[in-house]
Amino acid sequence: MREMSLVEQILSRAAGESEVSPGQLINARVDLAFGNDITAPIAIREFEAWGGREVFDKNKVALIADHFTPAKDIQSAEQVKRLRDFARAQGLVHFYEGAQGGVEHALLPDLGLIAPGDVVIGADSHSCTHGALGAFATGVGSTDLAAAMLTAEVWFRVPETLQFVFTGERPKWICGKDLILNVIGRIGVSGALYKAMEFVGDTLSSLPMEDRFTMSNMAIEAGAKAGIIPADEVTSAYLKTRVKRPWKGQKPSDLQSVASVMEIDVSRMRPQVACPPSPGHVQPVDELEHVSVDQVFIGSCTNGRFSDLAQAASLLKGRKVAPHVRLIVLPATQEIYAQCLKQGILDVLVDAGGVVGPPTCGPCLGGHMGVLASGEVAVSTTNRNFVGRMGHLESQIYLSSPAVAAATAVKGRITAPDKL
Amino acid sequence: MFEGKAWTFGDDVNTDEIIPARFLVTSDPVELGQHCMAGLDPTFVEVMERGDLIVAGENFGCGSSREHAPISIKAAGIACVIAKSFARIFYRNAINIGLPILVSESASQGIRKGDWIKVDLAEGRIENETLKTSYRTESFPPFMQELMEAGGLMPWVARRMEIR
Repeated sequence: MREMSLVEQILSRAAGESEVSPGQLINARVDLAFGNDITAPIAIREFEAWGGREVFDKNKVALIADHFTPAKDIQSAEQVKRLRDFARAQGLVHFYEGAQGGVEHALLPDLGLIAPGDVVIGADSHSCTHGALGAFATGVGSTDLAAAMLTAEVWFRVPETLQFVFTGERPKWICGKDLILNVIGRIGVSGALYKAMEFVGDTLSSLPMEDRFTMSNMAIEAGAKAGIIPADEVTSAYLKTRVKRPWKGQKPSDLQSVASVMEIDVSRMRPQVACPPSPGHVQPVDELEHVSVDQVFIGSCTNGRFSDLAQAASLLKGRKVAPHVRLIVLPATQEIYAQCLKQGILDVLVDAGGVVGPPTCGPCLGGHMGVLASGEVAVSTTNRNFVGRMGHLESQIYLSSPAVAAATAVKGRITAPDKL
Repeated sequence: MFEGKAWTFGDDVNTDEIIPARFLVTSDPVELGQHCMAGLDPTFVEVMERGDLIVAGENFGCGSSREHAPISIKAAGIACVIAKSFARIFYRNAINIGLPILVSESASQGIRKGDWIKVDLAEGRIENETLKTSYRTESFPPFMQELMEAGGLMPWVARRMEIR
């Protein structure tokens, strides 16, 4: 019997097969299916239209209102209401909005809803975030969510695995964002199309959980179906207070089971920035010091976690945001917001001249709370810099780590944190 | 079997371009159809006609999982999307909602804007009436064909649940 990759092992269990191999089409049982205020209304409509009466398990279907919340207009409020009404009618255990809520991919792991080995689908492309916990987690559409709510199953083509081995000690200021941007810069936005990415290596062993989430989060920007990191001691420490059910530690995939291996030495890496209009147009920060910016956004499912805000605050402490720059900071969840509040991080951000807002996906997708006008340039800790992503078709977005974003906010042009 | 005029696009057309997020405050297909491709060409829905085709390069539909993207293309009246390759979530969304898609590298490269195209979905054949040439398409796995023949994922699921 051939060795199965980590992703194949997870999918074979979920499909009830002793073995699966790349290319095979399977129906997998899901451990968690979720959607948000943009995608779930369509899922609910399809679920009801096809005679759905009860979801397969009211503990395993989660709805999160996070994209256009706090509701930006009447139509957005109606979409959230649709979720709320459905959640109540179905008795869903996991419906989140307001003070209970936050950006779904930061919220769900913190609530302990995902464990290593789980199969997780979300009607949101950044659902691959949860691969950081050793789950097979992937983004799907609304109809897939509707079918899963009905049947507990989802169809997959078993993906090949591309393994990325990170070696060397991370220089100061190099974080998960830089590692994943570097990979996408190397392989391009379709470099992992239909495939699973697996992140391993010595560097990963000492990489904090929050940085791991950032890495898995952006696997989709290389076209990948999943971005998995085998569960280890770091995972275990994070899950200890969160997940009560039993789970098993994991090993990196055997070399025989993966389609390719790419080694990346991080020891001399410079902070990475993705230039408009593609997450694949990646350059070292030092090449971009001439770019002056109008807005800096720190937040989102990619980089709105506690350590992200703490890192930004460490650079902004005692400094001021450049006069022509708007710094917008949105902690990804209410819990993160509270933690930042207690530890004085919000004080630092506000004193420096930043505007701190509520948890929401908002500006990342040009929704609200930081939409760009024509000709404006932003540095953003988010995941996409497509044409018009954050607003006007003639605005531009550079993607970076929170450290680069903070340094840039101070100087008013793209700046390396170690040159501040 | 259907025919129409081709509208060509490049590589990595993303779902923010197909339907920008500011239009995602509704899931009404008619409304979404009115903004099809608004992130690339706000005049697209005015100049296209029902029955036309979209022909694109690789990784069509990358980015967000928003099913509003294939819904808006379908509701605008686009009969079929032909591309060198599709981003995976768009690919499954299109099949799930019954928007015809075809994978063809040669058609993606050969078809020019405005060419008159005939498509035989069942046979997987694309003919360029303007250039008097035809293109091969990649065939779908039997399971996908089954989904497409059922009219999408939900009818397929409904049928399967009755069997159970």
